[in-house]
Amino acid sequence: MLELFTEFFRQLAEDHPRWNFIFFYEPRQWERIVKGFKYTLWLSVACVIFSVIIGVVGAWLQNSPSKFLRRCVQGYIQFFRNTPPFVQLLFFYFALGQFTPAVTGPDGWTEIPIISNVGWAIISLSFFAGAFNVEIFRSGIEAVPESTQEAASSLGFSRFQTYTEVVMPLAFRVSLPALNNNLVNLVKTTTQAIGIAVPELLYQCVTIWNDFPSAMYPTMLLLFVTFIALVGVLVFGMHRWERAMKIPGYGH
Amino acid sequence: MSNNSWSPDQPIVSIKDVHKSFGDLEVLKGITFDVMKGEVICIIGPSGSGKSTLIRCINALNDINSGSITVEGLEVHDPKLDKLELRKKVGMVFQQYNLFPHKTALQNVMMAPIKVLKQDKAEVEQRARALMAQVNLQGKEDSYPGELSGGQQQRVAIARSLAMNPDVMLFDEVTAALDPETVKEVLVAIKDLAQSGMTCMLVTHEMGFAREIADHIYFTDRGVIVEHGPPSTFFTEASDPRTREFLSQIL
Repeated sequence: MLELFTEFFRQLAEDHPRWNFIFFYEPRQWERIVKGFKYTLWLSVACVIFSVIIGVVGAWLQNSPSKFLRRCVQGYIQFFRNTPPFVQLLFFYFALGQFTPAVTGPDGWTEIPIISNVGWAIISLSFFAGAFNVEIFRSGIEAVPESTQEAASSLGFSRFQTYTEVVMPLAFRVSLPALNNNLVNLVKTTTQAIGIAVPELLYQCVTIWNDFPSAMYPTMLLLFVTFIALVGVLVFGMHRWERAMKIPGYGH
Repeated sequence: MSNNSWSPDQPIVSIKDVHKSFGDLEVLKGITFDVMKGEVICIIGPSGSGKSTLIRCINALNDINSGSITVEGLEVHDPKLDKLELRKKVGMVFQQYNLFPHKTALQNVMMAPIKVLKQDKAEVEQRARALMAQVNLQGKEDSYPGELSGGQQQRVAIARSLAMNPDVMLFDEVTAALDPETVKEVLVAIKDLAQSGMTCMLVTHEMGFAREIADHIYFTDRGVIVEHGPPSTFFTEASDPRTREFLSQIL
């Protein structure tokens, strides 16, 4: 079966030189794709989780009584929202990366920075998407009536309990559609990690078509299909979640 | 401010010369009165006379500019006050019910005792079901607020406050947002509560109801108490022209 499959694409490449799906019949190229996909998946999952955490915490701090904290969050949002994510990535890796300590590698003479390029990509992309998530959650929080929060405090809820038990669950529901959009963008933006040589899917694909120019169209096609699938899974999950969180009789 | 200094023969709520401004607008201009344990008092008056503000000051939802409010000897506006201590003593029901829309009726009632008082869940649930029955809402335990009528939501809100076992209940125009036909079911629930000996303070426009259940009625206008007295004399022998004018428009 697999034999037939590889044979088909080998033949296709011979008949049509522009459609060389080399990764379907040459194990070495296939391994590159799999490795790249794993990195893309890892970047996506880690950045989605961290950026949502940053969003929740940031929105909480934005309502903090401390003016200083509120200013800090505001500054953070302004910086990360108003500068290109690719520039941020380069800045984190090349500028900040210089100041992080390095440890000596297993061979005894190379210096390995404690935050790798993958680490910096996750940090940079999470902060980038997190800035938008703060704004998304803030608008959700503002949709929760002040009077509902007063009811919570009159029942003895602390500020933190009111936030976790009442404000966040309601704000989250309101925020989900906008959050959905931002996370979709985030997953697609992970391809920019190629700029600091993170071996994710785009990086691997470019490597393949540099080695085999005849494989350029197929690899591009593969990129599109993979991201459509990846984002499709995310959107499907988010919609399921949205439906599961729907409150009977609420918001009509 | 020690709680121990209070004994039940002293006023449970004591309001002394309370002033409160929002910006330049002074809404309370020296309010003074006491409420004894088990008393039911109604505060009436035209819109904007400061009734709601006053009742919100009692459980520290609003702060005050000067004067003092104590609840069972607790200085409500002492910055060092543990708000939780106050909120355990004072329950409040709002005009807009303000239920938690993402929780069922029963969960609304159970939430504060479990999360705030850290009480045992099974025991709280039992009490919550009894409270739901007390406000005549058996069978609605698993409904979400959005699936209930205004009157039903307001009764859940009453049960939710009672679940904290408060000593004083504040009602802030709790029937003002309701359809006329559902007003009665809420008033019945409040009346039952008042007759069971709960100390109640109500801001209301329901004059007939005030007359029926209040031990004492306070009429406020433009931030001061213009007139007060037991309902037996208040409605018939009001002497101040402002009170008479208000009553003539309402009754």
